[in-house]
Amino acid sequence: MSAIEIPKPDPGILARRDAILAGLAALVPPTSLITEEDERRAFDTDALTAYRRIPLAVVLPETTEQVSKVLTFLNQQGVKVVARGAGTSLAGGAIPSEDAVVLGVSKMNRILDVDTDNRTIRVEAGVTNLGVTGAVSHLGFFYAPDPSSQLACTIAGNIAMNSGGAHCLKYGVTTNNVLGVKIVMIDGTVLEIGGAHLDAPGYDLLGLIVGSEGQLGIVTEATLRILPLAEGARPMLMGFQSAEDAGACVAAIIASGIIPVAIEYMDRPAIKVCEAFAHAGYPLDVEALLIIEVEGSEAEIEDLIGRITKIAADFNPSGLRISQSEAESAAIWKGRKSAFGAMGRLADYICMDGTIPTGQLSAVLTGIARICDGYGLRVSNIFHAGDGNLHPLVLFNANDPDEQDKAERCGEDILKLCVDLGGCLTGEHGVGIEKRDLMTYQFNTIDLDQQMRVKSALDPQWLLNPHKVFPLQGRPV
Amino acid sequence: MTSILLPDTEAEIEAIVHEAAQSRSPLAIHGGGSRPIGGIVHAHRTLSTQQMTGITLYEPSELVLSARAGTPLALIQETLAANRQRLPFEPIDYRHLLGNHGTPTIGGMTASNSSGPRRIHSGAARDALIGIRATTGRGETIKSGGRVMKNVTGYDFVKLMAGSWGTLGVLTEVTYKLLPEVETEVTLLLSGLSAERAVAAMTAALATPFEVTGAAHLPAGDGAPSRTVLRIEGFDASVTYRTARLEGLLRPFGSFETLGLEASRVLWKSIRDVEALETPHDAAIWRISVRPSDGPEVGAKLEAALGSRLLYDWAGGLIWASAPADGDGGAAVVRAAVGAVGGHALLVRGSPTLRASVPVFQPEAPAVAEMSRRIRATFDPAGILNPGRM
Ligand SMILES: Cc1cc2nc3c(=O)[nH]c(=O)nc-3n(C[C@H](O)[C@H](O)[C@H](O)COP(=O)(O)OP(=O)(O)OC[C@H]3O[C@@H](n4cnc5c(N)ncnc54)[C@H](O)[C@@H]3O)c2cc1C
Ligand SMILES: Cc1cc2nc3c(=O)[nH]c(=O)nc-3n(C[C@H](O)[C@H](O)[C@H](O)COP(=O)(O)OP(=O)(O)OC[C@H]3O[C@@H](n4cnc5c(N)ncnc54)[C@H](O)[C@@H]3O)c2cc1C
Repeated sequence: MSAIEIPKPDPGILARRDAILAGLAALVPPTSLITEEDERRAFDTDALTAYRRIPLAVVLPETTEQVSKVLTFLNQQGVKVVARGAGTSLAGGAIPSEDAVVLGVSKMNRILDVDTDNRTIRVEAGVTNLGVTGAVSHLGFFYAPDPSSQLACTIAGNIAMNSGGAHCLKYGVTTNNVLGVKIVMIDGTVLEIGGAHLDAPGYDLLGLIVGSEGQLGIVTEATLRILPLAEGARPMLMGFQSAEDAGACVAAIIASGIIPVAIEYMDRPAIKVCEAFAHAGYPLDVEALLIIEVEGSEAEIEDLIGRITKIAADFNPSGLRISQSEAESAAIWKGRKSAFGAMGRLADYICMDGTIPTGQLSAVLTGIARICDGYGLRVSNIFHAGDGNLHPLVLFNANDPDEQDKAERCGEDILKLCVDLGGCLTGEHGVGIEKRDLMTYQFNTIDLDQQMRVKSALDPQWLLNPHKVFPLQGRPV
Repeated sequence: MTSILLPDTEAEIEAIVHEAAQSRSPLAIHGGGSRPIGGIVHAHRTLSTQQMTGITLYEPSELVLSARAGTPLALIQETLAANRQRLPFEPIDYRHLLGNHGTPTIGGMTASNSSGPRRIHSGAARDALIGIRATTGRGETIKSGGRVMKNVTGYDFVKLMAGSWGTLGVLTEVTYKLLPEVETEVTLLLSGLSAERAVAAMTAALATPFEVTGAAHLPAGDGAPSRTVLRIEGFDASVTYRTARLEGLLRPFGSFETLGLEASRVLWKSIRDVEALETPHDAAIWRISVRPSDGPEVGAKLEAALGSRLLYDWAGGLIWASAPADGDGGAAVVRAAVGAVGGHALLVRGSPTLRASVPVFQPEAPAVAEMSRRIRATFDPAGILNPGRM
């Protein structure tokens, strides 16, 4: 039924399954090896749940050394490996094939070192994003990238996907906040890249690893920057009668020299659903809502809110509200952060993740509406407006195979539109299997070949997460 | 005599590099030639981006700018200043330190991943770089990233190209995200602290929410006491507030003088460009990156063994150090001191003889070096781009 192809398993590997399991059993403790079908089934998909394959086996190592041994062995055996954090990838990045071993880092979840003097923290890769902040918040620090999935998703997954979040407008995404990693290459070699100091010598290998979607090596540890918590932060809500007004307002705020910590956008359907879920007081009679958060001291917050309110006045805002309490702020963010979940209660959807130049906001929204109309599907738009990262949710009925197919094609058209408008296919969720075949739309053969050569140089047999990121055909020799 | 090639277009660069790859004859890659850093490149021909100039995209309200690689940095900065914007990372102007008169280009700045004092707050050049076009050693032009703030489509060659010193490709166009110029800035100045106390003060300042965008320590010299300086930038009222709070919190370290906008700008430019170590012109200069808390120990070792003069930036995490020009230019001492704590050292200034005789960049662990070698081989299989530089 589904349109995205997952390659057929290699019968040779399936036939050797017992020997492979025996080999793995010699390398990790029994509690770290999952072989029963029922238990393996828990690893058959990620948050792109329309696609599932039960892996050959699941290994959950406890140490870098075990990861190294497992990879050395699987490399010798020619067995594919799919790294896994918490499995929240929306792009199908952690979905296995039946002839692949899933290597999960969930047992590697220790905080190794907290160093507030140098503003760093060293963690095992399976620590959750929120777990990092949790380890330092009592010391007045936090870890900046904040994907909405932060309660569950791991630092490993964040690094692989270069994840972002609502507050990335000011603080950057994962790649701007990682200082070093310990990574195991497919041949078992363990590398330390970067460290607690700021500059890494030689090529920026760290920059290459971040965002490489588990295709170049398995990350087992990371050194991250931590930042002092702001004195205070406050969100405000602004409603608008049109997407154009909201978009122009965002541009005017940024042009004025203010970089808020977050500017989030929701359209009418999203507002309705999120308000029903979080009771945050979102205005319901508007076409577009901006959540703008500023931070600093009480006086600074007032000053910034004053400036923003004044700028906004040119764009006919309605339902302007400034949070009056911690509880209200929490509710406002709860609505936004649970938007995907709340929408999921109403309908099945696929969540797209294109990025556009912010000046194209109204053009893209008009285009998205036209595309969805054309397919007869409903859409709801939620996005990080400050940096042009869109999340259109294309709604469909998952029990209807035709609708799923339509929704996927509709999503593709939306992403192509983003590229046409000067943007890109994915701003934070990654390519995975989902956008693999669209890569030729954004990149030409020369671009893609060079990326694939790097893959080949570091993983000559293409065993690490092989059917992701690049179109299945056209792998260069 | 080397010949200089002056392509006007990407297509011409492709043709030059392609031919060079075919004939396996190396090319030296030049922007403005203002930062002759790194190993000596042996090449009979130089490819200069001098004629590859021009801003190709500037959207002030989107905080984004693209330019062809040979565009003089001065032009970029004038254009940004006219719109009250700036490059966030405060790239160093090496011309004083290195004593040359080139015209710095945005491509050269990118290839050297230049960043100054604001690095601790706003990141390095690589953090603001969002898109590149580059001609690889195969004579093919690739693109990575784009003009949008967030992009995780495919491998991030943008970061890989920043700081690759022209050994992976000839950058033809770069795109940066920008920041608004600030309304004002203030510097708090504390005199007479030892390096240890200075780092403690700077560390304490950076643990506050008051957004310190510069933290440096200039040791005592020529009869003047040491100076420890902290910069705060932003809107007027906010700077006033944060300055006062910081002064209060850091009282245990002594009392502060305050430098206003003009004086502060002059001071931070001199720190950025390492003016304190400009003379004597023949001394070797090292740029050392360590954890801030390790800074004083490394600095003390260099002072004791080499008589180094020092400048601490990045709250102690970046040490600029002079060393005698003769012998190994202090390499053995510097590498041992850095090796003891973890970090890295780059020989920024040294005679060609010195740069030919000691590793200019920090030697990498064998496995990391192997990974770099494999990556370089995919971009430049014939090894013709700036061979010997890194
Ligand atoms: C409700 C919801 C909201 C979300 N919101 C956001 C958001 O705001 N911003 C955002 O950026 N993303 C968001 N996501 C997407 C997702 O949470 C992120 O991509 C996240 O980083 C994935 O982390 P994970 O630990 O779940 O990784 P997984 O899903 O397990 O894996 C993701 C990728 O990382 C690779 N990987 C895992 N472990 C390793 C390792 N040790 N070494 C190398 N590669 C590895 C996998 O192979 C896979 O390619 C959201 C997802 C959901 C379900
Ligand atoms: C008015 C003014 C203000 C300045 N302000 C700052 C400032 O605020 N911050 C700052 O850092 N600097 C500043 N500078 C200096 C400037 O950033 C750098 O010195 C300059 O950008 C280096 O470029 P270059 O072209 O001279 O590099 P070169 O010395 O020519 O090259 C440096 C390295 O990069 C390589 N390279 C050069 N071009 C390319 C290319 N296109 N592709 C691949 N590799 C290449 C070379 O091979 C070499 O390895 C300023 C300069 C001026 C004139």
